[in-house]
Amino acid sequence: MKKVLFTAALFLATVALQAQEKYFTKSGNIKFFSKAPLENIEAVNRSVTCVLDTKTGDIQFAVLMKGFEFVKALMQDHFNENYVESDKFPKGEFKGQIENISSLNITQDGAYPVNVAGQLTMHGITKDVKADGKIIVQNGKVSASSDFAILLSDYDIKIPSLVENNISKTININVNCALETLNK
Amino acid sequence: MKKIIPVLLLFIVCTCKGIAQNEDLLKLVDSDTAQKEYVRNIFKSTRVINAQSIEMLGKGVMDVRILHRFGPISSGASNLFGLDQANMRFGFDYGISDRVSVGVGRSNVGKEFDGFIKLRPVWQATGPGGIPFSLIWVSGATLSTVPAPDDGPKPEFSSRMAYYHEALIGRKFNNRFSFQTGGVFVHRNIVSATAENNTWAIALGARCKLSKRIAFVADYHHIVAGKQPGTYDPLSLGFDIETGGHVFQLHFSNAVGMNEKNFLTNTTDNFWKGEIRFGFNLSRVFTIKKH
Repeated sequence: MKKVLFTAALFLATVALQAQEKYFTKSGNIKFFSKAPLENIEAVNRSVTCVLDTKTGDIQFAVLMKGFEFVKALMQDHFNENYVESDKFPKGEFKGQIENISSLNITQDGAYPVNVAGQLTMHGITKDVKADGKIIVQNGKVSASSDFAILLSDYDIKIPSLVENNISKTININVNCALETLNK
Repeated sequence: MKKIIPVLLLFIVCTCKGIAQNEDLLKLVDSDTAQKEYVRNIFKSTRVINAQSIEMLGKGVMDVRILHRFGPISSGASNLFGLDQANMRFGFDYGISDRVSVGVGRSNVGKEFDGFIKLRPVWQATGPGGIPFSLIWVSGATLSTVPAPDDGPKPEFSSRMAYYHEALIGRKFNNRFSFQTGGVFVHRNIVSATAENNTWAIALGARCKLSKRIAFVADYHHIVAGKQPGTYDPLSLGFDIETGGHVFQLHFSNAVGMNEKNFLTNTTDNFWKGEIRFGFNLSRVFTIKKH
């Protein structure tokens, strides 16, 4: 009887442990900015999917390009139609790993700086990306954030010469996701 | 000892399951349910060339439109193929919502003011519950401000007015090709003795994108009833060139008028006899109300 209880306890412990090691959200935020002499471009997507496995350090993001909201309606149309071609390439994805995952203690409140390396896929092109970020644990709640920059030319997003001065060649990206435990 | 083995097995199975899943974490939470999505960029501008298109302005967007129609190309080199002579309209359109726009304009042709309201009761959409076409309604009025002749009777205000109503149905078939058709009704309060007050026309319009920023556009109206004597069906062919917030529409047309009443009842040139003019529409949009 003792052993049955032990088995059951061990089993529950394993399940509980598993449930605690994956975190996710479907309503994360990604913002991007392009600062240029003539016009600043800024957009936000509030339905970013993010899954984090604190055990392996795997972290993945997915975003629908059409979900980026711009202040100017026409900018949004041009973004989808002329630049990222959302009909052809509807999704952006990042699959990577937190390289220093061992320094993260999910049971301990704190802000943990992390280094993430992985592949960013956008506009049909996959590139290696490295970024510094932060995992914040507060009262058992986990959130992930990062700031990094990409080059439009890396993703074959062309700026016509006529509007060259309106759009910066580098785009700054800000990621901010409040995560929940994934019970699966 | 015997009992520990199943425990260990169970432990291994449980932990292994966790490791095996690491490949694609996104699949764990993915729900690729299709969503209803409105079709955008049906035409580059709210006009095909002369005709209203089934495209609308976004909410809070003002479109400043400057339109030119030059003289007949056949007028020769001494008239720089028509460029010496210019007819113009300038106007302001504003998107109250994604489905309601209003606009006003002034043409030097006939010294006319015009104003309209444009509605989009049906908006083409993909995904569940999406309707595969757009339906547009436009109602407008024109006011001629030509001064009364010194020796004649002063015309009533009402006889300076004309009205038009228009229903359009159309669809963006793919990223390149959009097509629309519909009917236009024009009522002029006063006409010459041989003309009819009511004019009916069938409208056809299309665009075919040649590149991301350049499209071929065409619009045609066939007048089916109440044709003003001595006028022809207006036909325009041209190119849309889009650069940031501007759309340039360069075209060739037999019509001079730049509002519905004018190009449907006052096109005295025959396209097929080469009585063609060069013209352009310049559209510049400003975001007035940010959202």
